[in-house]
Amino acid sequence: MNTSIEELKQKAIELRQTALTMIYEAQSGHPGGSLSSADVIAALYFREMNIDPQNPKWEDRDRFVLSKGHVCPILYAALALRGFVPYETIHTLRKYGSPFQGHPDMKKCPGIDISTGSLGQGLSCAVGMAIAGKRDGKNYRVFAMLGDGECQEGQIWEAAQAANKYKLDNLIVFVDDNNLQIDGTCDVVMPNLDLVKKFEAFGFETRRINGHDMEEIVRTLDEVKVKKNGKPKCIVYDAVKGKGVSFMENAVDWHGTAPNEEQYKRAMEEIAGGLKS
Amino acid sequence: MTTAQVQQKKIATRDAFGHEIVELGLKNKNIYVVDVDIGKSCKTTEFSKRLPNQHINVGIAEQNAAGIAAGLSTTGKIPFVSTYAVFGSLRMAEQIRQEICYPNLNVKIACSHGGVTPANDGGSHQAIEDMGVLRTMPNMTVIMGADYYSCRKLIAQAAELYGPVYLRFTRDAVPVIYDENEEFEIGKAKKLRDGKDLAIIANGDTVHLGLKAADELEKQGISVKVLDMHTLKPLDRDAVVECLDIGKIITVEDHNILNGLGSAVSEVVAEEGRGIVRRIGIQDRFGESAPYEKLLELNGITVENIVETGKALVGK
Repeated sequence: MNTSIEELKQKAIELRQTALTMIYEAQSGHPGGSLSSADVIAALYFREMNIDPQNPKWEDRDRFVLSKGHVCPILYAALALRGFVPYETIHTLRKYGSPFQGHPDMKKCPGIDISTGSLGQGLSCAVGMAIAGKRDGKNYRVFAMLGDGECQEGQIWEAAQAANKYKLDNLIVFVDDNNLQIDGTCDVVMPNLDLVKKFEAFGFETRRINGHDMEEIVRTLDEVKVKKNGKPKCIVYDAVKGKGVSFMENAVDWHGTAPNEEQYKRAMEEIAGGLKS
Repeated sequence: MTTAQVQQKKIATRDAFGHEIVELGLKNKNIYVVDVDIGKSCKTTEFSKRLPNQHINVGIAEQNAAGIAAGLSTTGKIPFVSTYAVFGSLRMAEQIRQEICYPNLNVKIACSHGGVTPANDGGSHQAIEDMGVLRTMPNMTVIMGADYYSCRKLIAQAAELYGPVYLRFTRDAVPVIYDENEEFEIGKAKKLRDGKDLAIIANGDTVHLGLKAADELEKQGISVKVLDMHTLKPLDRDAVVECLDIGKIITVEDHNILNGLGSAVSEVVAEEGRGIVRRIGIQDRFGESAPYEKLLELNGITVENIVETGKALVGK
């Protein structure tokens, strides 16, 4: 889709508001990481990815793997806004019978390419999809989104080495580098060191970008698109957990806490004003 | 069937996998093998040579193998992850649960070195809990064929069956029991002989022991029914219920007596409220390096013990 930068910024606002509304109504969910990945999700779902909401299992579609499955409210917001499910579905998050399960469930929700929720496992699935795409001579690409804390899981690196071996230049990995995890900062809990260098050492073509700068996100996606060089791509994006809501920004406690009514109203107003860079 | 029909010929059932998977792969380009650096031992080398485009080797990284298989299956592939039973069940257990069973994906886990068959490798490599762990996962089918020919048929059927399947093979050679034209159905026990005093329900590499024990008991005037319960899950409940008129059942398995065949059969018997079960299998203990037959003997998985248990059970 040829969506302008301004339109994408507007979509990011809608995504943040929708995700936060879901979490507020459910009084359960993960706002911090949902907000930190909103801008990349906006670029992917409203511009970059070749997908068809009317035909979610279209075999030539681009795939998306939310390896950090707990931030699914932001993914659900994208699916609702793109029409994979009726928009009203947002009122059912984490409720009995909802396609919007606590963590993404491919059997219950159209547009989910693989169920996730247990950290560290999604990238392997993305690698499997990308190998199949190559072997079948398909042009689709596979996008995976990881958390920085999640990169502490050893399986991420098992998957990364396989992406190199099978020359998966159809695989684009995003890492949400917000430096926060449940027990504190990643630097304290378990230092990730330089994730760009690590993925580079595993054979990836890498970038580090500002994950809240829409121009830079779009430009980077355009750049890596044309690089059919046999290398998987990794875009580590600097992000602020809770981005867009002042009192949630960089606050560990907003990892998995729902806002109360007053906080929700304030958050919705702040988000409506767009990101202050 | 009598012992006379149990052939002297012995073949490891991992060879059944090696042979059948090539046949399947040649017929269907969606059949994939995901290896973890033990292709030689798991008998997938021929597949990798003849069908390189359907073969993936992820190196020593079982968890990744499970995830890659899940991803492949979402695109219509039918991947067989090939490894040893101890790794294919436990090292990958959570990946199988989250990415294969939970979304009910069409992934097969094909494992050599089941039970104590990796005998001299020692306790670290003997898989005694694998089938029990996997049978508790929803959507999973759990199979161990008794011999080369039954395994080939069951592998082919597993490829046709949509959903996760765990297939367990032997490293060591086991006697050939069936004719190559014998047909099998996943979830349907094979009645090897009929009897009225005692029922022996066995699976995998212990089925031939059950048959020999039945012969011996027959000589002593005890009429014995023998079932090959190649599918542990879904268990052929009807076949177990049919044994309840006899009422006396011995289960035999190369697996911990906890949560394997003995447990599964006992669950049915308890729910039906009649009949009695004696479980012969690994006695909830780890193994050690020893000849395969010695390890079976240490756990009482022998013709003699089945015979003695049977006699005690029928009161002779």
